[in-house]
Amino acid sequence: MQQTSTCKGRIFNIQRYSIHDGPGIRTIVFFKGCFMRCAWCCNPESQEYKIQTLIENGKPKIVGKDVTVSEIMPEILADLPYFRRSGGGVTLSGGEVLAQPDFARELLKECKLNGLHTAIESTANAPWEVIEKILPYLDLYLLDIKHMNSQKHKQFTTAPNEQILSNAKKIASWGVELIIRTPVIPTFNDTPDEIREIAKFASSLSGVKEHHLLPYHRLGQDKYKGLSRNYTLSGIEPPTDEKMERLKSVAKECGLQVQIGG
Amino acid sequence: MENIKFVIEKSARIDKLIDGLYSAGMPEIEPHRALLITESYKQTESLPIYNRRSAAFSHILKNIPIVIRPNELVVGSATIKPRACQVFPEFSFEWLESEFETISTRSADQFYISDENKKALSQAFKYWKGRTTSDLAKENMTKEAYEAFVTHAVYTPGNYFYNGIGHISVNYGKVLKIGYKGIIEETKNAISKLEAYEPDYIKRKHFLDSVIESCEAVILYAKRYATLAKEMAEKESDSTRRNELLQIAKNCERVPENGATSFYEACQAFWFIQLLLQVESNGHSISPGRFDQYMYPYYKKDLESGKITREQAQELIDCIWVKLNDINKVRDALSADGFAGYGVFQNLIVGGQNVHGLDATNDLSFMCLEAAMHVPLPQPSLSIRVWNGSPDDLLIKASALTRLGTGLPAYYNDEIIIPSIMSRGVTLEDARDYAIIGCVEPQKGGKTDGWHDAAFYNMCRPMELVFSRGVSKGVQIGPVTKNVLDMTSFEEFYSAYKTQQSYFIKLMVNSINAVDLAHAERCPLPFESCMVEDCIGRGKPLQEGGAVYNFSGPQGFGIANNTDGLLAIKKLVFDDKTVSMREFKEAIDSNFGYGYSGDNAVKLTTEIAIELAKNGVDVTSEIIKTVYKNVVSGELGSKNSARLREIKDLIDETCPKYGNDIYDVDMFARDVANTYTKEVEKYKNPRGGVFQAGLYPVSANVPLGSQTGATPDGRLAFTPIADGIGPASGRDKKGPTATANSVAKLEQGVASNGTLLNQKFHPSALKGMSGLSKFVALIRSYFDQKGMHVQFNVVTKETLIDAQNNPENYKTLVVRVAGYSALFTTLSRSLQDDIIARTEQGF
Repeated sequence: MQQTSTCKGRIFNIQRYSIHDGPGIRTIVFFKGCFMRCAWCCNPESQEYKIQTLIENGKPKIVGKDVTVSEIMPEILADLPYFRRSGGGVTLSGGEVLAQPDFARELLKECKLNGLHTAIESTANAPWEVIEKILPYLDLYLLDIKHMNSQKHKQFTTAPNEQILSNAKKIASWGVELIIRTPVIPTFNDTPDEIREIAKFASSLSGVKEHHLLPYHRLGQDKYKGLSRNYTLSGIEPPTDEKMERLKSVAKECGLQVQIGG
Repeated sequence: MENIKFVIEKSARIDKLIDGLYSAGMPEIEPHRALLITESYKQTESLPIYNRRSAAFSHILKNIPIVIRPNELVVGSATIKPRACQVFPEFSFEWLESEFETISTRSADQFYISDENKKALSQAFKYWKGRTTSDLAKENMTKEAYEAFVTHAVYTPGNYFYNGIGHISVNYGKVLKIGYKGIIEETKNAISKLEAYEPDYIKRKHFLDSVIESCEAVILYAKRYATLAKEMAEKESDSTRRNELLQIAKNCERVPENGATSFYEACQAFWFIQLLLQVESNGHSISPGRFDQYMYPYYKKDLESGKITREQAQELIDCIWVKLNDINKVRDALSADGFAGYGVFQNLIVGGQNVHGLDATNDLSFMCLEAAMHVPLPQPSLSIRVWNGSPDDLLIKASALTRLGTGLPAYYNDEIIIPSIMSRGVTLEDARDYAIIGCVEPQKGGKTDGWHDAAFYNMCRPMELVFSRGVSKGVQIGPVTKNVLDMTSFEEFYSAYKTQQSYFIKLMVNSINAVDLAHAERCPLPFESCMVEDCIGRGKPLQEGGAVYNFSGPQGFGIANNTDGLLAIKKLVFDDKTVSMREFKEAIDSNFGYGYSGDNAVKLTTEIAIELAKNGVDVTSEIIKTVYKNVVSGELGSKNSARLREIKDLIDETCPKYGNDIYDVDMFARDVANTYTKEVEKYKNPRGGVFQAGLYPVSANVPLGSQTGATPDGRLAFTPIADGIGPASGRDKKGPTATANSVAKLEQGVASNGTLLNQKFHPSALKGMSGLSKFVALIRSYFDQKGMHVQFNVVTKETLIDAQNNPENYKTLVVRVAGYSALFTTLSRSLQDDIIARTEQGF
C-alpha cells in the first residue's frame, strides 16, 4: 500500500476545520520558521525555526515539533469525509512553507496521492527553483502581496518585494490556481492608493481571478508577550467595516473578484 | 450574495400575535379542567374506565371556557390567559399542592396561581387521593425499584410516574381527510362487526363507544368556537377583522367534523387535533411530525387554483407556529429542572424520504423553515430529515435558520435512522415515513406508541456504586461487588461496573413497566387512540397495546464521563501505577480536595453528623463546626488536600479524553455506551413491545448531576454530567470535525430511541454563502459516518453572559438546551452555565 515517507519537517500546529484558507473545510499544517518578520504577524511563534517556549495563560507551552510526513498523515486524513463533502483539503501555512521546501514537497505529494485538494499560503519569497519543485503537487497558491513599494515593504516585513513580484508572475504563468491576498494593515498599506496598486498588479497576472483583503486583527498580540517580545503595532485599531468596504470597491475597479476575509 | 429560497415577507399580524403571548408575564395555572374532570369522575364511578375517560373529556370540552385571541386566524386555546396551563389531577397532584407557595419563585419554569384557584384545586384534589396513575404506579413497583428511583436517583421514570405519556405523533392526515365524522363511522363499522358472544366483546365495545363519545365532544367543541366567532363578529367594528371572524366561524363549523376542503381549513383542523390531544392528557411531546407532507395536498390544490397565495399560506403557517407556543405544562420542581424552559416539545419535521424512498421535499418544507425565522420562539421543536438525496438548497435554508441562533432546526439522518428502527421490526415503508417525537426519538407516526423518554438513567451512579460496593446513603441498594482496594486489574473494575449497571437496568425496567400498567388501568386515552392504527381495529386503546408498534425507551447519559473516568483509572491505577486505588477512592470521596459549598456543604455535614451520632458519638456543636469546616475546605480525610488536587490534575492533564478523535478512546466509549444500550434491549413491555435505549439526557444532566458526587473523570461533585453523546464540556480540543468523528464511532443505530449531539458554533462560522455551504458539508460528513442527530447553538459566549446579567434585554433569546430550544432567561442559572460552558467552535 502506501509507502512511508520519512522526510522530516518542523511544524507548530495542525488545525482542523479551517474554513477561511482555501475552498471547503480544510486542515492547516503550520510550518515553523519564516524568512520575514512582518510587524503585524499574528503567529509570532511561527517566525523562528528553533523550538521555543511560549507562555500561554501563565503556562509554558513548547512551540514546534519535528515530524515526518507519515506521522502526520493520519491526522490529515481523519477529516477526509469533510474534505469530500465540502471540496476541501489541506493547506500548508506558516511560517513560510518555502523555508522547508523538501518537507513541503513530500507532504503535498503524499496528500495528492491520497486524492486531497492541496493549497499553500505563502509569500513566495524564495528562489524560483524552490517554488518550481512544489508546484506539480499544488492545486492552489494563496499568495500574499503586501505592498508594491519595495522600500516600505522592507521597512514593515524586513524583506524587499522584487523576488515576490517576479515569482508571482511566474506562478501565474505556470498555470496553478492563484489567489492574491493582502493583509490590510493601518499605517502600512491601508490607503486607497496602496490597495489600488496591489490590485492592479494582481489583475495583471494571467489567470488570477480573485483578490482577498484580510483586515488586520490583534488576536496574536498576547503571544508577543508570551515570547517576551515587543509588539510594535500596539495602539493600532483594526480597520472598520466601512473602511474595508471602501477598499474593496477600490480594488474591484481593477477588474478582479474581491472579497473581505479569506 | 446569498441565494436562499423562499424568503417571504412576514405579515404584520405575526409580531402582534407574539407580543400578545408574551405580554402577560409569568404563565398562570388555571383550574377549570381539574374541576370539570373531578365533577365528571364523581358522577361516573359505576362506568367502565374507558367510558369514564370519554365522559370526562366530553364534560371538559362542553364546559371549559373558550377564547379567541386578538388577531388570530387559527383559533382554539386550552386556557383563558396566553401560555397558561391546565391541571391534570388524574395523573398526580400532591407535588402541585405542596408547591403552591413556591411555584412562582422556584428556579425553573415559574407559574403564578391565585389564592382562589389554590383553594378550588385543593378542594378538588381531595377526590383524587389514592386514585391517580401515580398512586397505582407506586403500588405496582417493587420496593427496591422505587427506592433506587426516589431515594437514590440512579434513574428516574418521574416524567410518566407523575404525568401523562404523550410522546406520540398521530395520523393527522387521516383526520384532515375524513374528519372525526369519518372516524366515528369507521368506529361504528368496527362495532357492527363485533360478535357479542366473543370473550373480549364487552371491553372492545366499551372502548369503541368511548372513541365515539370523544370524537363527538371534539366536534361540539369546534362548534362552540364557531358560535363564539360569530358573536364576536357581530360586535366587531373593524370590517376586516369582522370578515376574518366570520371565516373562522365557517372553518370551525366545518372542521374537524368533516374533511378539510382548503389549506386554511386544514390548518384549523390540524390545530384542534394538536390542542385537544393536550387537553385529553398532559403528556408532552405531542408531535405534529411530517406536517409538510400531510398538509401539502391542501396547499398545492389551493395554490394551483389561485385560492391562496404563497404569502397567505405562509401567514397561516406562522399563525400555527405562534399557537404552538400558547400551550404550556406545569411540572414538579425537579422535573421542571429536567425539562427546563416550559418545554412541551411538539416536534415537527420537514424533508426526508417518502414511503417509496424518494425525496419528499416540497414548498412547505421550505416554508416551515421560513416560519421558524418569522416566529423565533421555542415551539415547535423544528427538525429536518437529511439523506443523500436531500436537495442542498433545503439544507442551505436550514443552516440559514441555524445561524439565527435559536437552535433550530435539529438535523436527523435518514440513512441511519431508517435501518435502526427497521431493526426493531418496523417495515421498510413505515420506517421511511418516520417522524421525530419530542426531543430526538424516531417513530412511525400514526402507528406507534413509543413510550419514548420512559426514564432517565444516570450512568455515573453505577460507577459510584462500584466504589461503595453497592451502598448508597448507608443502604445496600446494589450488588456487593468486589472491594475496589482488592482489585488487581482494570478488567475486574470494569466488570464490577457492568454488574452494577445491569442490576439497575433491571430495576428500571420494573419501574417503567409498573408505570405503564398504571396508565393502562387508570388513564386510557380513547381520543388519542382513535388516531393511531390499529386501536379501532383491535378495539383497544394505545395503553393496552392498540398500536401496531409498541416500545419503551429509557435514555441513558454519562458516556463521556464514564469513558474518561474508566480510562483514567486504567491508566493511573493499573497501567502507570502513579495513583493507588486507595488514593483514587479517597480523591473521589473528598471531591478531589476541593471541598463543598452552599447547600451541598450543609447537606453533607448533616449526613456526617447523623452517621457519627449513629456510631455513638456525642455530636456537639463544636464537632459540627469542625466537620463543616473540613467539608468546605476539602480536608475531609486524614490526607492533605494537595495530593487529592494533584490527582485531579493528573486526570485532567495526562489522561486521554473522549471527543478528540483518538481511535482507541472512542472505541472504548462505544463499548461503554453498549453496556447500556445492549442491556436495555433485552427487555419487554406490557403492551407487547420491546425496550429500546436512547442516549440523551434532555436537560436532566444538570439536576441529576447535582445529585451525583465527584466522578473518576475529574468531574467535581454536583456539577453537570456530560450532555448527550458528546464529549464532556470543554474536553474536546480539536474542533468540530474531531468531535463528530469521535461521536460517530458510537454504535448509534442500537440506540434506536434516539441520540443527541450538541455542537456550539460561533456565528462567524456560518458567515455568507460559503459559510453556510461549508456548514452543510459538515453535517453531511457527520452523517456519512452514521451520526444520527446533531443540533447547534450559534451564539457567542459574550451574548449569553450578557443575557445572564441583563435578562431584561433578552426576553426572547432562544437557545438550544437539549433536544429542544427554550428561552434562555427562563432557564435556571446552573443550566445557563452549562450551556455557556459547552465548547464553542470558533475561529
